[in-house]
Amino acid sequence: MSEKFDVIVVGAGASGNAAAYTLAKSGLKVLQLERGETSGAKNVQGAILYADALERIIPDFREEAPLERHIIEQRMWVMDERSYVGSHFRSDDFNKPPYNRYTIIRAKFDKWFSDKVKEAGALVICETTVKTLLRDDAGKVIGVEVDRIDGKIYADLVILADGVNSTLARKAGFRPELDPKHVALAVKEIHFLPKDVIESRFNIQDEEGVVIEMMGKITHGMMGTGFLYTNSDSISVGVGCLLSDFMTQKITPYQLLEQLKAHPSVAPMLEGGEMKEYAAHLIPEGGYHAIPQIYGDGWMIVGDSGMFVNAVHREGSNLAMTTGRIAAETAIELGRAGKAMSAANLALYRKRLDDSFVIKDLKKYKDLPELLDNNKQFLTTYPELLNRSAYAMLKVDGEDKRSKQKDIYRGFRAERSLFGLLGDAYKLWRAFR
Amino acid sequence: MHSVVCIKQVPDSAQIRVHPVTNTIMRQGVPAIINPYDLFALEEALRLKDKHGGRVTVITMGPPQAEAALRKALSYGADEIILVTDKAFAGADTLATSFALASAIRKIHESHPVTLVFTGKQTIDGDTAQVGPGIAKRMELQLLTYVSRINELDETSGTITVERRAEGGVQLLKTALPCLVTMLEGTNEMRRGSLPDQLRAARHELTRWDRVAAGIEDVTKIGLKGSPTVVNKVFTPSPRAEKAEMVTVDSGRAADLAVELIARLGQRFPVVEAELARRAG
Repeated sequence: MSEKFDVIVVGAGASGNAAAYTLAKSGLKVLQLERGETSGAKNVQGAILYADALERIIPDFREEAPLERHIIEQRMWVMDERSYVGSHFRSDDFNKPPYNRYTIIRAKFDKWFSDKVKEAGALVICETTVKTLLRDDAGKVIGVEVDRIDGKIYADLVILADGVNSTLARKAGFRPELDPKHVALAVKEIHFLPKDVIESRFNIQDEEGVVIEMMGKITHGMMGTGFLYTNSDSISVGVGCLLSDFMTQKITPYQLLEQLKAHPSVAPMLEGGEMKEYAAHLIPEGGYHAIPQIYGDGWMIVGDSGMFVNAVHREGSNLAMTTGRIAAETAIELGRAGKAMSAANLALYRKRLDDSFVIKDLKKYKDLPELLDNNKQFLTTYPELLNRSAYAMLKVDGEDKRSKQKDIYRGFRAERSLFGLLGDAYKLWRAFR
Repeated sequence: MHSVVCIKQVPDSAQIRVHPVTNTIMRQGVPAIINPYDLFALEEALRLKDKHGGRVTVITMGPPQAEAALRKALSYGADEIILVTDKAFAGADTLATSFALASAIRKIHESHPVTLVFTGKQTIDGDTAQVGPGIAKRMELQLLTYVSRINELDETSGTITVERRAEGGVQLLKTALPCLVTMLEGTNEMRRGSLPDQLRAARHELTRWDRVAAGIEDVTKIGLKGSPTVVNKVFTPSPRAEKAEMVTVDSGRAADLAVELIARLGQRFPVVEAELARRAG
């Protein structure tokens, strides 16, 4: 008979590490299985770390976690081919410790997080892929089988933290096949530049950081955004769009990224950098409606595998950590009360998520993905009109301002009917309400 | 039957980069791996254990982080791992390293008599191929380098028969045990360890030996003091000035291409042209 653990956690991403750490810290016997060569080897993120989610798991993480810069300025750019209309929010309030958001490099960060999981007492095994879930006659999950000799291993509970693709959950029938409309494909590069160059270029000092979110014509009408984040001595730049849009538009992700990097407003920020890392990953962006069943007899799903990403606010790792933590806390509580890891008892996990920001936020934007998908004018026409208008108003050429305004208005009317304009405003208001 | 396998943790040379400005090797962020040549030695030791039973001990001399390489060896199926680590070993060259390892292996031999000592052919960072022979000499073991195959190991007569790759052929050698074998690359393929071995490797209590535990008294033989090798200078060779060039002809005919090629070679290397002219008379 193989060994038995209290809990097996499949996957060592943000959600798996959060779950394994919380469980092991409480004294449970935990096994974490990771298919990558090391914990984090398969993980890709922008990446921004939201302190709150991690703080609830490791309160003093700031003292030791490898963090790049805390964010003091957020820029939002609406772009056409040659220009952008943007809003910048910068506040010295973000310079007051404890800081709220940080840029991180996942390779470094994940190594640290995994070390914490090991320190807490979990057994972490890498280069090992879970092939199937083991079940008893009643269908209850009782363990896993991995791709190694003597690969069966048992546990009271299996937590699936196996990421966006989650072959395991799909194979087990817990989740449907991935819908291309429900996943974004994101690509990113890391460009290295001297620290002082980054600081002068972005008007920051010490550990301060800037993030830029970009939308508009840069995605060719595809549903998606671009981003640029400052790290200590590098810049992460990337772009992501819905997989279904890439399929219809026939644009390759790297072409899109090349175009973004060549944009006259972006290129100067990357000038002189040395590209050292190129990565791509899927992001589950199906939102509230795409969340599958996330618990059952002997199992729970956390993180990307459960579609826990808020695409509107580009929050993902914090939802991953939070679902991982809450799943773990639910299991700990049931264990202490001597209750079985049955579907009826694990329903508490879903209830707690419903009461948390995770489900509340996803519910708030539940109709936005479909709205934008069906109304591409938000991604193409409006950004272009906006940029053209700004250019017209700011260019001094002898024409009076009222005539310019009329031209701009005519421009909008030519693209959209009055009802269309009002309708769009209403739709957006409803979606963000 | 007890094999001791010596391994070294090295930076993954496939991922090493040279700093564009300072010309120094950038080790930051380069993953550390088991020297690939050592894996052939370890797999061969594990195969002997599969066949004859017994024990495989893996030993390395290195900094504390070399623990990861040893645990990895354990996850493949080794029985015991020993990390020989001490500040006094810092700066060791191949002479000092083989002295320390020989001493540690003698110490292992006291509790578990050693039948065979294995090393890889060489390391991918130092490339000297000196440590294996150095250990053999110090332990007065028969030395079998560049072994491509172990044909037979006879425990009753205490002999081993191996094939050794030599210039222009293969030598079939038989010698008495114990001996030291350095394995050639490509001779086997490292197995995928079982799940129980993974669990055992993750939990295993690591044995750490400092200088004293490794049985070393003479500190002048180890570390920087025991290392006569002096590195004078490290540099990247400057790129060759002359570049390759693509020769094409419009007609695409091979004969025209040959004529064009000879003409271009002559332009570039006047010596060759002169020599050709001389021979043509």
